[in-house]
Amino acid sequence: MPLNYRRVPGLVEILEAHGETTVVVDPARLVEAAQYLRDELGFNFLADIAAADYLGWGNDGVSGYIGTGIGRDINRPMTQGFQSLPTPKPKRFSVSYHLLALSEDHVRVRLQVWVDEGEPVPTVVAVWPTADWHEREAWDLMGIDIVGHPNLERILMPDDWEGHPLRKDYPIGGEPVRFSGEE
Amino acid sequence: MAIAPERSKIYDGTRIPSPIPTVLEIPEHLRDNDDILSVNFGPNHPSTHGVLRLVVDLDGEEVVGVKAVIGYLHTGFEKSMEQKTWWKAITYAPRMDYVSFQYQELCFVLAIEKLLGIEVPPRATWMRMLLSELNRIHSHLVWLGTAALELGAISMFWYCFRERDRVLDLFELVAGYRMHTRYFQVGGLAEDVPPGFFPECAKFVDLMPRAIDDYEGLVDRSPIWIERTQGVGLLSREDAIALGQSGPVLRGSGVDWDLRRREPYLAYDQVDFRVPVYPAGDVYDRYRVRMDEMRESVKIVDQALRRVPDGPWIADDRKVVLPPRHELHTSMESLIHHFKIVARSRGA
Repeated sequence: MPLNYRRVPGLVEILEAHGETTVVVDPARLVEAAQYLRDELGFNFLADIAAADYLGWGNDGVSGYIGTGIGRDINRPMTQGFQSLPTPKPKRFSVSYHLLALSEDHVRVRLQVWVDEGEPVPTVVAVWPTADWHEREAWDLMGIDIVGHPNLERILMPDDWEGHPLRKDYPIGGEPVRFSGEE
Repeated sequence: MAIAPERSKIYDGTRIPSPIPTVLEIPEHLRDNDDILSVNFGPNHPSTHGVLRLVVDLDGEEVVGVKAVIGYLHTGFEKSMEQKTWWKAITYAPRMDYVSFQYQELCFVLAIEKLLGIEVPPRATWMRMLLSELNRIHSHLVWLGTAALELGAISMFWYCFRERDRVLDLFELVAGYRMHTRYFQVGGLAEDVPPGFFPECAKFVDLMPRAIDDYEGLVDRSPIWIERTQGVGLLSREDAIALGQSGPVLRGSGVDWDLRRREPYLAYDQVDFRVPVYPAGDVYDRYRVRMDEMRESVKIVDQALRRVPDGPWIADDRKVVLPPRHELHTSMESLIHHFKIVARSRGA
């Protein structure tokens, strides 16, 4: 039986696509929404947190581009003959929390918030402890500003790394080559 | 391993401290102790099983502090893949987990098929399941061999890698590559199953249960194995769920959860297999889960062998699937499709 998400706190919209449900909420009320989903609807298992950068989404050819011999010029993306432009996204970053209810009649749902650069996303570590490392990864690679995290440090990149490599405006091949003799 | 008592816990009644540690601080009363020795452990070479660096603080032989440094295997697959069209990105997916390559490939092509809404012919579905289960056996064998190796049981490693090689031979037979096969194509399989694969695979199905008996004979009653696995690495049922564990780790903590059973994909709803669940949540129970899973995988492969249907091995969708090679010489339309798929992956 499909669950009713209409009473999720801070609800913005409910999206259905490819048999998957996405519940978009207001980032300010994310923790409330998370608690509601866990306690009232039984989503006790956080499978993953995925941050995505939609910089340039809706402009020509930003997604689905093909690299050239010298790499990609992010300032002049190619059009690749789009038939129509993608529908605009509310903000630059989406943060998706992939939830699962481990029960007999299991259900999955994607809890989602949208933020622009520098806008805070409250931590959900208190709701799902496993969010600890996932949120560190979202901060490390995508620069999502997680607020209230007990230990927000880089997790995969070295501590002294600059920038957030999975952002769309982080160039590929742009990092300095260490011990190259040109430092 | 001692956990400093003053640390708060991720929730009431758990052993896991908050924040979830990559750092275990030296306890207060040992901070000024001159005998504490910091030893750098790893990182091991990428070709070995997993790259983890630990900076370990030792008080004699006891570990009193540890700093885990992860990320050495992080090579930015997402960044690389988003530069490519889906057609070219398929080759990246298996390399994310190089012992469970077939599953990575499967996940990626299933996702594309879901987005494009492509119907996959039954021959491809059954063959995918067969190869995935072979890959599960391969993955568990690498785990078992190297885990035993860590405890000094080098003979176990050779036995496991002997059977692993048989699995890789089968992959080579069917796909031309031993690992990272790129045999799963969007829409089905890259090529039809070659003649001779099924009899060879049947030989493996005959051989494997006896090999698993051999492994169990080697370690199951070995006091060293038992002492170093039973009661070690405890993870309670609640902790396993709170920390988002999946697969054998979750089932070794007493949670009856298997995607193949609960949300069947491929043809898992049409084959007979058991989901092993063990309650103790220690390394030994995770070992038991994996051993049982290997037996179940052999059963699934056996059933699939008998039931792989004849027919097409890839969907007939010219906007997504490459046209047959021979058509390229005679049909302009096919040539354009081929070019558009390979160069742009956007269909003609």
